[in-house]
Amino acid sequence: MLERLLALLLLLLLGVALPAAAVEIKDDLGHTTVLAAPPQRVVSLLPSLTETVCELGACGRLVGVDRYSNFPASVNALPKLGGMDDTNIELIASLKPDVVLVAVSSRVAERLRALGMKVIALEPRSYKDVQRVLGLIGQVLGVPDAQRVWRHIEAGVAAAAGSVPAQARGMRVYYEVASGMWAAGESSFMGETLTRLGAGNIIPAALGPFPKVNPEFVVKANPALIMIGARGAEGLTERPGWHRIDAVRRGRICVFKPEEGDILARPGPRMAEAAQIMARCLRDKAAS
Amino acid sequence: MNVRPGLLLVLLLAAGVAGVLAGVLIGSTGWASLGDEGMALILWEIRLPRSLGAWCAGALLGMAGAMAQGLFRNPLADPYLLGSASGAGLAVAIALALTGVSPQTSSLLAHIGLTGIAFIGTLVGVGLTLVLARGVEQTLRLLLAGVVVGVVLNALTGLATLWAPDILRAMQAFLLGNTGLLGWSSVAVMAASGAAALVIGLVASPALDALSLGESTATSLGVRMGLVRLLLIFAFALATGAAVAQTGIVAFVGLVAPHLVRVLCPMLHGRLILLSAAAGGALLLAADVLARALIRPQELPVGLVTALLGGVYLLVLMHRRGAPRQ
Repeated sequence: MLERLLALLLLLLLGVALPAAAVEIKDDLGHTTVLAAPPQRVVSLLPSLTETVCELGACGRLVGVDRYSNFPASVNALPKLGGMDDTNIELIASLKPDVVLVAVSSRVAERLRALGMKVIALEPRSYKDVQRVLGLIGQVLGVPDAQRVWRHIEAGVAAAAGSVPAQARGMRVYYEVASGMWAAGESSFMGETLTRLGAGNIIPAALGPFPKVNPEFVVKANPALIMIGARGAEGLTERPGWHRIDAVRRGRICVFKPEEGDILARPGPRMAEAAQIMARCLRDKAAS
Repeated sequence: MNVRPGLLLVLLLAAGVAGVLAGVLIGSTGWASLGDEGMALILWEIRLPRSLGAWCAGALLGMAGAMAQGLFRNPLADPYLLGSASGAGLAVAIALALTGVSPQTSSLLAHIGLTGIAFIGTLVGVGLTLVLARGVEQTLRLLLAGVVVGVVLNALTGLATLWAPDILRAMQAFLLGNTGLLGWSSVAVMAASGAAALVIGLVASPALDALSLGESTATSLGVRMGLVRLLLIFAFALATGAAVAQTGIVAFVGLVAPHLVRVLCPMLHGRLILLSAAAGGALLLAADVLARALIRPQELPVGLVTALLGGVYLLVLMHRRGAPRQ
């Protein structure tokens, strides 16, 4: 009898401590956060996480974002809390967020936790990550069926892949992330998109996601198409020996505008749009 | 360990030639298979100018370092002293950040090119220092002005990267040095600037020798300090500007090259400038060859390799010299 009573008491206690809605989140740094109820005040310190929260229909719950979050346009009206290295801790604390979403590389997580805030560190780096992060944020926000967004992304990428004409398939692409010759390899998420579009990549997965390559390697690999952001495109065709590259000779160079660069560089819900930008480039250049 | 200057010059130049040979033979896929089709292009248009360019850039920095150390009578002086590096960095950051913002800036960039903009930035940085120091009359004032200009311009560069964070990677490439994109035109520009700076340096070198006895002694020996300083700062800015514009900010070569040759043989400034150029060239070229060979087809930032090579070598030399004699 006494044992039963004790067991009942224990259950009751547990019930008080962990109400039915409580969720336990394990973030990308292995830190476990318990959320008693879906947070109503959310701070996001990474553009791709901001976009994910909004895509899940919780834009209204955001109370602050980092300086570089600029999509959807409504987040521009929110308080900007600084960037990676100059996050405004005081301003975050004054917003009294229920949860703060940060990048894994962010240095503010410890400080915010010490101030009693709930911090979840996430950093999507690949398609798989984006799907996982979507699920996690869906759990955090208490949004059912977060994978619906993922299916939407998949469908968008597949549609983009379908729009790539046969003669552009297998076209070997060199995607330059930044001048100083940082390239997007097959294992980067841009590389994954290229693979899904049916294009080739001159940077094999073995070199890692964003290797700094020898310019001579590119000349030797002789890509049929070059994708590059406007900020690195200056003098591309005058680089020593590059006039011999197929892509340069035939003018198959796609220069992406800075706003397109935002879409292409963020592993988040707009990856389908990124795939469409790349598919358009493949389509246009294969026709020329 | 004392070597005769002539012998040292021959040795350093031989190291340079060996470096160029290695630079031509080693590339993104290891040692060259010379019979390969398309290899001629890679050898003549990429590897040879790149190797010669790396040597030239190193020589410019070594020369500028020797001039700076002589002029300021300070063994810690380096080519980036008078605001040149920070000026170039700021100019490049602004140019990158403004790209794509408006068509005017984009077309301006296309006309001048990043190298041209970096060169202008260097001259503006040095010019600002000279204005702040009210000319070249006082060495200490000049040094302080250089430090202040450097700090302020670096802070502005930081602001620019904060505003447009996607230029960070490109800025990193610039700040760690990049020899990857040197072509024949870069070699020509650097060789011409180097020849001009070397002539000025050699002409002014007797004044530097007199200056090593102190400013008042130099003046009493009939050295026209104002003119000499102005000439040397011009040569120094020209050499640094040409190197920085083409390769970014390669660390340590300019500081370490004069020390390397001075440790091996004490000498007058004319020879020091010449030998520092040869040593700087050999050092940067060796670093470039290593940077592209170690993790090919990837590359290390060349500035990291120069700092490691030069720093470790200097440490070894100091250790040997500093050991108490039995």
